[in-house]
Amino acid sequence: MTTTGIPLLNIIVFLPLAGAIVSMLVPASAAKVWTRPIGMAFALGELAFVAYMVADFPRGKAGFEFVSSHSWIGQFGISWSLGVDGISLFLVAMTALLFPVAMFGPSWKGNPRSFLAWMFLLEAACMGTFLSLDLFVFFIMFEVTLVPGYFIVAGWGGNRRNYAAMKFFLYTFAGSAFLFVAIIALVVLDAPHNGGHQTFSLITLAKVSSSLPHADQVLIFCGFAVAFAVKIPLVPFHSWLPDTYTQAPTAGSMVLAGILFKLGAYGLLRLGLYLVPRGAADMGPVLLTLAAAGIVYGSIVTIMQKDLKRLVAYASIVDVAFIVLGFFAFSSQGVTGGVFEMVNHGLTTGAIFFLVGIVAEKKGTLRFSELGGLAKATPVLAAIFLTVVMSAIGLPGLNGFVGEFLVLVGTFITHRWWAVVGTTAVVTGAIYMLWAYQKVFHGPSLGSDAKVTDISWRQIAAVAPLLVGIVFLGVYPKPFLDRVTPSVNYLLAHVEQAAPNAHVPAVTTRHVTFNVPANQNVLSTATKSSKVAGGSGSGAAGTAKPAATSKGGVG
Amino acid sequence: MSGSLATSRFATSSFAHSVFVAAGSPASTTTTAPPGCSVASAGNKVTGLCTVANSLHISVAYRSIAPMIILAVGALVLLAVSAVLPKRPRTGLYPALTAAIGGLALLAAVLQWFDGAAKTGTVEIGGQVLYDRFSVLLLILISIAVILSSLAADSYLRREGLDGVEAYVLMLMSATGAMLMAESGGLIMLFLGLEIMSIALYVMAAYHRRRAQSGEAGLKYFILGSFSSAVFLYGIALVYGATGSTQFSQIAAYLAGNVPANAGVLLGGMALLIVGLGFKVAAVPFHFWTPDVYQGSPTPFTGYMAAVAKAAGFAGLLRVLTQALGTQQANWRPIVWLLAVLSLVVGSVMAIAQRDLKRMLAYSSISQAGYVLLGVQAATAEGSSAALFYLFTYTFIVIGTFAVVDIVQGRGETRNDLGAMRGLGRRNPLLAAAMLVLLLAQAGVPLTSGFLAKFYVIQAAVEQGQYYLAVIAMVAAAIAAFFYLRVGLLMYQAPVERDAEYGSGFAEGLGDDGVIIGSGGGASSAVEGVSVAGLEPVPSIDGAVATATLQAPPTGRVVVPATSGVVIAVSVVFTIAAGVSSFVIDFARAAHSLL
Repeated sequence: MTTTGIPLLNIIVFLPLAGAIVSMLVPASAAKVWTRPIGMAFALGELAFVAYMVADFPRGKAGFEFVSSHSWIGQFGISWSLGVDGISLFLVAMTALLFPVAMFGPSWKGNPRSFLAWMFLLEAACMGTFLSLDLFVFFIMFEVTLVPGYFIVAGWGGNRRNYAAMKFFLYTFAGSAFLFVAIIALVVLDAPHNGGHQTFSLITLAKVSSSLPHADQVLIFCGFAVAFAVKIPLVPFHSWLPDTYTQAPTAGSMVLAGILFKLGAYGLLRLGLYLVPRGAADMGPVLLTLAAAGIVYGSIVTIMQKDLKRLVAYASIVDVAFIVLGFFAFSSQGVTGGVFEMVNHGLTTGAIFFLVGIVAEKKGTLRFSELGGLAKATPVLAAIFLTVVMSAIGLPGLNGFVGEFLVLVGTFITHRWWAVVGTTAVVTGAIYMLWAYQKVFHGPSLGSDAKVTDISWRQIAAVAPLLVGIVFLGVYPKPFLDRVTPSVNYLLAHVEQAAPNAHVPAVTTRHVTFNVPANQNVLSTATKSSKVAGGSGSGAAGTAKPAATSKGGVG
Repeated sequence: MSGSLATSRFATSSFAHSVFVAAGSPASTTTTAPPGCSVASAGNKVTGLCTVANSLHISVAYRSIAPMIILAVGALVLLAVSAVLPKRPRTGLYPALTAAIGGLALLAAVLQWFDGAAKTGTVEIGGQVLYDRFSVLLLILISIAVILSSLAADSYLRREGLDGVEAYVLMLMSATGAMLMAESGGLIMLFLGLEIMSIALYVMAAYHRRRAQSGEAGLKYFILGSFSSAVFLYGIALVYGATGSTQFSQIAAYLAGNVPANAGVLLGGMALLIVGLGFKVAAVPFHFWTPDVYQGSPTPFTGYMAAVAKAAGFAGLLRVLTQALGTQQANWRPIVWLLAVLSLVVGSVMAIAQRDLKRMLAYSSISQAGYVLLGVQAATAEGSSAALFYLFTYTFIVIGTFAVVDIVQGRGETRNDLGAMRGLGRRNPLLAAAMLVLLLAQAGVPLTSGFLAKFYVIQAAVEQGQYYLAVIAMVAAAIAAFFYLRVGLLMYQAPVERDAEYGSGFAEGLGDDGVIIGSGGGASSAVEGVSVAGLEPVPSIDGAVATATLQAPPTGRVVVPATSGVVIAVSVVFTIAAGVSSFVIDFARAAHSLL
């Protein structure tokens, strides 16, 4: 366990909160000039702390690092407990990167103080969700994201923003009802197995909930799954998404699609797989099927869209279905690919929504019937847009390819036919994304482009970090995989141990002990933990290597 | 009083007098005293409930009822002061005095909290008063409600030209009754408290003499309240018939040892008691008075009523059900389950359809009662702690919310419609932020006390295996979030409507009945194409509300009177503080009844 002198994770959670308070306190007379620089300082400070955390994070370790734990509401066994492992590490990094871009890239009207305050509050809540090691803290942070999300959509959105904001809030809030009851049920049912002590600690619960009756695990997992499926959203629960994303302001769409999505997917992994592995293993085929159905359905609906922003919103449904497909393949490649896709999707969708916002500013419309030939007036914008589109459709050399490839390989190992269905998205994704690009930037120019200027330097500077991420992760994903894979393998070992029939390929080439601190070890015996899904035997040479090298503490 | 707090609690205390000594042979002649009767040799004083030798001696431990005495005497002092002062004394004298009396009562109640006798729980005054931390927590709650409400009422009464001592005397009297309910050790005392509280509340509801709605509210509350009191009284009679006692402890003792000869009488009595108390706490289906009374009553009194009557009613319900009829759990838990579910669902759904702010809050209070019933239904110590925590936090939230409504509605309560909240974010940002916190707390959003309260009751339900109830409660919370957020949204809309066209999208989605889920899910692509962020000026209309109410939205800065400002600030600070820390939970956990 890494220990540093400073409470790093607490700073990461509370710095945006301080940013929110400070931006609200800027006096009205100085608001126009000073709010944005002050906000920028906080956002970049946050990014610096996160960068330090990523740099300091040891590779090859599977446990939670930088753990910070304080008693909070001791009566119920609730503690303020934060920690980061390979799975959450890059989600946190992506959050810290995407927020400054969303806050200062797109232009928006209205009160800068309250806008920045809501954005910072959202950032703090997202960080808290990713970093929490206590289910109560997780739930609180998960819920709190709704409030700023709601006000960002309702305050700065499009025409039907009130409707969209309300729908967004109510759908997720109703989903959370199940999450809430499932968490409490888990905690109450686990208390007898934990010596009668009620606790919300993630690690303790993971240790003891393997002994829960099978039926209870399945029900609790269903509670989790409903809540997260709404948030993700998986296909039958997705109807709030197009409204919200199209009505949200550009900055709102960027963070909603880029980060709030991931809260659900992350929850599925962290709560679903980690806490109730047997439930997850049982319900895995259901979620796989929903994901595969979502990929097909989402692709078809996306192709039908007549509006660029709506198209991007629906395309997100396909992307997240991919993530879920990877998770419930229960293979190392699949889950690693899912985590990779989460980060990818944040970068790519964030960039796309940003560029869509620029197109909307320039043309005043996003209907395909009124767009065309924009590339002549805005060649740089078109080039950037094409790069991001290529990333979205999975061109080798960009990040989208690595994630999609890992997910499909991982799924193919364990669930062949679902992978086959999932592969159709590679084709359909290319159809709608390229088609959208073509409609907007090529063909005859519609309307007057005389006054349309190309993307400004400020906007290029804003999107540049995302592009760097897209290219870097595509060309050299090893640093990423080195840190993610140990945690993923450890998680899967836990699943396999709890549910030996979980379709985890138990092909092992050598014994591996996981490099986790003793107090975090949820595997009851050390010898059992050696059976882990390795990267070998899959035929995916490119991925097997990082997976193998990452097994830091070889016994 | 402090002297009495320090001294022991029976005959040796100088404060424990025999108040009723029947003429007859002195008690010292008897050698063995029956249970509940203690004889002190010095001075031949007999205390406790002694039926020996025709003597009935009841000792009065004044410290157990100190807050009640302070309030009752304070009410009389207030009347006396008003008699000697000129007709129009200095403004703010009566509310200040009332708040001071409430503060004294609070002080006494806080001292009681640390009293050893209350900690372990004792039965005082001939078994009529249950002196434990359960009672004391409610006494603290009621004292706080008196302080906050008297401050909030001041500006309202002056604005409406109703300034006078009567309102404050009534408030103190009703609080006395509520305290009596909270401390009652038997059904008779409970009924006495209920009547003292209710009669004062009837008058308070009708207090606005120039407003017809207020008179209607008072009359309605009076008639229906009297009816429910009669039902309650009949319930007492039946329970007495079945068990031979009206004391909670003796009822419980009888039922523990005997099977009632006629179970129907007991069950009928139990049902009637639940009906009578269910009426006071406004649980569905005994809630029909609530919207009318909440709407018609003077606004600060509505907040007071929602806090105090509910707390006292639930205190009675918890005492009756868990203490007196604890052995009959199997019979009453399904009833309470049903009441809870109905209250949650009906309250949340009906609130959505309301156009009047106070009516909406009335339905909201019904649904909040459903959550407290969750704690009652659990029938455990944890459950009653959860219910107490809920009531305690709700007191601050509801009084604060009605204080905001009171400011927004304007002179003569002309603007009670939802449209009155429009643009509050610009007319007074601080007030709007405070209201937002209170609304979010009622919706149960984390980091407010409302969330912890919901968490606690739901945990109590889940511990009893009531998963379905927990899910229903959380889904009801999601439904309720809609109408709380709608108000929150309205506050941040532009104060003046610009163009009705902008609202069409939302109006279409919401409909006039507030039906949102399912409708409008598909694309209304007519407006989609241009609906890109940043392209339009901030559109203004919340179609659902604006088209229905048709009143021009108010403009101009909202001025917050100092006293109301204090009340709102205290409510908000407490709501956040109790939401992020654990001290109030400790407080509530220590308070479940030990008797």
